[in-house]
Amino acid sequence: MQPTNTKDPQYYHKVVDCQWGCPAHTDVPGYIRLIAQGKYTESYMLNRESNVFPGILGRVCDRPCEPVCRRVRVEDEPVAICRLKRVADDLKGDYKHLLPPVPETKNGKKIACIGAGCASLTVANDLLPLGYEIDLFESLPETGGLIRSNIPKFRLPPRVIDEEFDVIVERGVNLHLNHPIESMKNLLEEDYNAIFVGTGAPKGRELDLPGRYESDQVFVGIAWLESVAFEHIDSVGERVVIIGGGNTAMDCCRSSLRLGGKDVKVVYRGSRDRMKSSDWELEPALDEDIDLILNHSPEEYVVENGKLVGMRFAKLKWDQDDNGKLTSEKIDEIVIPCDTVILAIGQENTFPWVERDIGMEFDQWEVPVVDPVTYESTVKGVFFGGDAAFGPKNIIEAVEHGHQAAISIHKYCNTEPLTDRLDYGMNLMSAKMGLHEWSYSNDYDYDKRFEVPTVPMDSRFKDINIEVELGFEPGQFRREVERCLNCDIQTDFVANLCIECDACIDVCPVDCLMITDNADEDVLRSKIKTPAENPEQALFVSEDLPHTGRVMLKDEDVCIHCGLCAERCPTAAWDMKKFELLIPYAMDEDKQTNAMQAEAV
Amino acid sequence: MSYIKKPKILRDNAKRNELGMTYTDYEGSMSTLCAGCGHDAITGAIIETVFDLNIPPHRMIKLSGIGCSSKTPAYFANQSHGFNAVHGRMPSVATGAQSANSQMYYIGVSGDGDTLSIGIGQFAHAIRRNLNMLYIIENNGVYGLTKGQFSASADIGSTAKKGAPNLQTPIDPCQMAISLGATFVARSFSGDREQLVPLLKSGLMHRGFALIDVISPCVTFNDHEGSTKSYIHTREHINEAVYTDYIHPLSEIKVDYPEGSTLEVDLHNGGKVILSKAHKNYSPVNRSDAIRSVRESDDRGEILTGLLYIDESQADFIENENTIETPLNELSYQNLCPGSEKLAKLQQRYK
Repeated sequence: MQPTNTKDPQYYHKVVDCQWGCPAHTDVPGYIRLIAQGKYTESYMLNRESNVFPGILGRVCDRPCEPVCRRVRVEDEPVAICRLKRVADDLKGDYKHLLPPVPETKNGKKIACIGAGCASLTVANDLLPLGYEIDLFESLPETGGLIRSNIPKFRLPPRVIDEEFDVIVERGVNLHLNHPIESMKNLLEEDYNAIFVGTGAPKGRELDLPGRYESDQVFVGIAWLESVAFEHIDSVGERVVIIGGGNTAMDCCRSSLRLGGKDVKVVYRGSRDRMKSSDWELEPALDEDIDLILNHSPEEYVVENGKLVGMRFAKLKWDQDDNGKLTSEKIDEIVIPCDTVILAIGQENTFPWVERDIGMEFDQWEVPVVDPVTYESTVKGVFFGGDAAFGPKNIIEAVEHGHQAAISIHKYCNTEPLTDRLDYGMNLMSAKMGLHEWSYSNDYDYDKRFEVPTVPMDSRFKDINIEVELGFEPGQFRREVERCLNCDIQTDFVANLCIECDACIDVCPVDCLMITDNADEDVLRSKIKTPAENPEQALFVSEDLPHTGRVMLKDEDVCIHCGLCAERCPTAAWDMKKFELLIPYAMDEDKQTNAMQAEAV
Repeated sequence: MSYIKKPKILRDNAKRNELGMTYTDYEGSMSTLCAGCGHDAITGAIIETVFDLNIPPHRMIKLSGIGCSSKTPAYFANQSHGFNAVHGRMPSVATGAQSANSQMYYIGVSGDGDTLSIGIGQFAHAIRRNLNMLYIIENNGVYGLTKGQFSASADIGSTAKKGAPNLQTPIDPCQMAISLGATFVARSFSGDREQLVPLLKSGLMHRGFALIDVISPCVTFNDHEGSTKSYIHTREHINEAVYTDYIHPLSEIKVDYPEGSTLEVDLHNGGKVILSKAHKNYSPVNRSDAIRSVRESDDRGEILTGLLYIDESQADFIENENTIETPLNELSYQNLCPGSEKLAKLQQRYK
């Protein structure tokens, strides 16, 4: 094998599984370490740099970081990354003075952002310090977009949204609430230098079965959640059936329990492993005694005398055909009596306000064609992000879209090529403080994951505004942070210092090292004391070692970054080095800012 | 050395031996030797050896004297028996232990100081007795524990860390052992585990005294340019005379060697030592040949390694002394202590 190029920032980036898994590449081990040091504001700011809304995301992020956490490959449960983010938010101090200043003299460029959700606010956050004037249009009476209208208040209290959104708005955004944009054509004619569309995927999917429009007790999930959020709906029937198996279904069923629902059922047509809901959204629903009925497909709304009395379902048996495709067979039929049906079977983008004759290309699902790198549509200067770009995803994706769109907008306004973007960079700095002293807590902690305390069952349903999760207590998070394996403290190897004493190989607690003759990857993977069997994780191969010409191997899969290899290394061929991923944002792309910084240096 | 303890993490695909044990189960306390010490690598090789041989830890006795080397039994097999003897006196403790129980695996770990200076008398007689044990010398040419003075194995002309040359002739434990009639003599290098592990296995399974002299660089005091026992010097001057492989009894492993190129030695436990010669005229079963070859490569400044000499035909200590094979702790009280009458009778003979 060729020697591994550790100069490429993406090599070490991939070792930090959580950061690699996060769409915005949040420096997770970095902020967890700051929490451990009691530097909550710094931890919040480190988060904010990449994900902009730590308080919101610390509660409702889809946390793609957790399933990939290295800890899962060593024991059962990942580090409670998301809930630790909330700790930083709960305990932070004032941070407004730490944000990059917004210049009083504007740069003369005006940007229109449509939809006051996370994507648009990220664009504003990134462009304000560069002197842009931002006009933000929102059809609803409040900012927040889908996170305010669709996420129930018992999961995400409005004050959290207010705080993090207001910080950005108060930095000089021209906010226009109750101001739906009715025509893209008209907007294009105004004097905006660029337009960003962050309108989400606001349309819930319909389920057009017999009886659908014969009663007024059938609701589309996300519209219903919006009505609940804005208090247009404050009650629900006693018996509620929710159709669907995603996170919206979970929000609908738990909301129903708080609005008077007594017998609430979630009915899904497939098996549990096919449900789209995240475990951490399904489990609280089951804890609250929601009935989950699987393998039932809806057939008819049963309406008697204009009143919904039940829902008829076909009971399905699933099989795989010869091509591996799932097929279903109806084996029974039941009617589930109910007073209300809520449909939570997906959501769609809808752009009735974008005229089809303005030169914007739409795909077969009537969604604009958007470039996955620049986020530009086929109309120059019109950018998309969040759910509006590629359909419903999640908040953290929307934030990353916002960052990327901001870079594109800045380049577009400066007539630079949009694809000429900065690459990731990195800093790598030794973590060695002394003979056996490192700038991180390198000892392995055997604690199991701590559970976040919640409001007791008997008092959580009284009011939909009661936030169920209370956040970690100090005694818990101070130990939970120690579970983090500090994957960003990299084992960095310098081949020409190695004397091949084998000390590192013997001391490694997970047997992930070996010195051997170079060969093909398969052979090398088998040579490691405990073979490297996870092909998704990289195999490090050093340059030829000076004494024998053999190579040092390291399986990145289960290294726990304890630093024992570096402690045992007599020549510091192994060193533990703090890796910092340098992510380019709009400000970094700004030539003027860079020139000023260079001058200051 | 390291301050934190090695975390105990069991991987799903960790190798297990026939007893269901993992490498970790054969480990000991964290080493307090210097980082990069050759001794730690030898410890690693011993762990690999006893793991592969499926040795139940309670059937193994670790013995040592005094010195850096003699600390190492603390770093492997912490479920085994151990005895840390007085300086250079490990062979007599081993003799006593073996008299009481010949059914254990004996691993002695000593150094060049412990063996070739203060303990040279005991060492010589352990060889003559043909004690059934594996005797490892972790040979680094210096007294590391007392800050790097030359030991009896330091070569003439090699220098101490600050430059003073050694003027006294070295003792070569291998030449000495062969001439004293040792039945298993090998030399190896801590930095060559592929060679060391099969030698350790063969030595442990050999019936009789098995000496393995392992060059084990002292990273702190003897890994510099003037040293002849540094990592780089050893690597540059090593010359493997005989490649050794050990095949365990009933093992399924088949090794293909070109016909006529190997020499097989059957061990008493039913295992086999397979020797393939790197040197055409080298005969590891001929004492005179072996001594001559070691001397000649010494003259050339080379370090001859591998299984230098083996003789499986000699009787060991237990057989020669005609003592009982059953461990004393398994004998009945009646047999162990036949009573005052018998004692009086015995004493009568010496009057």
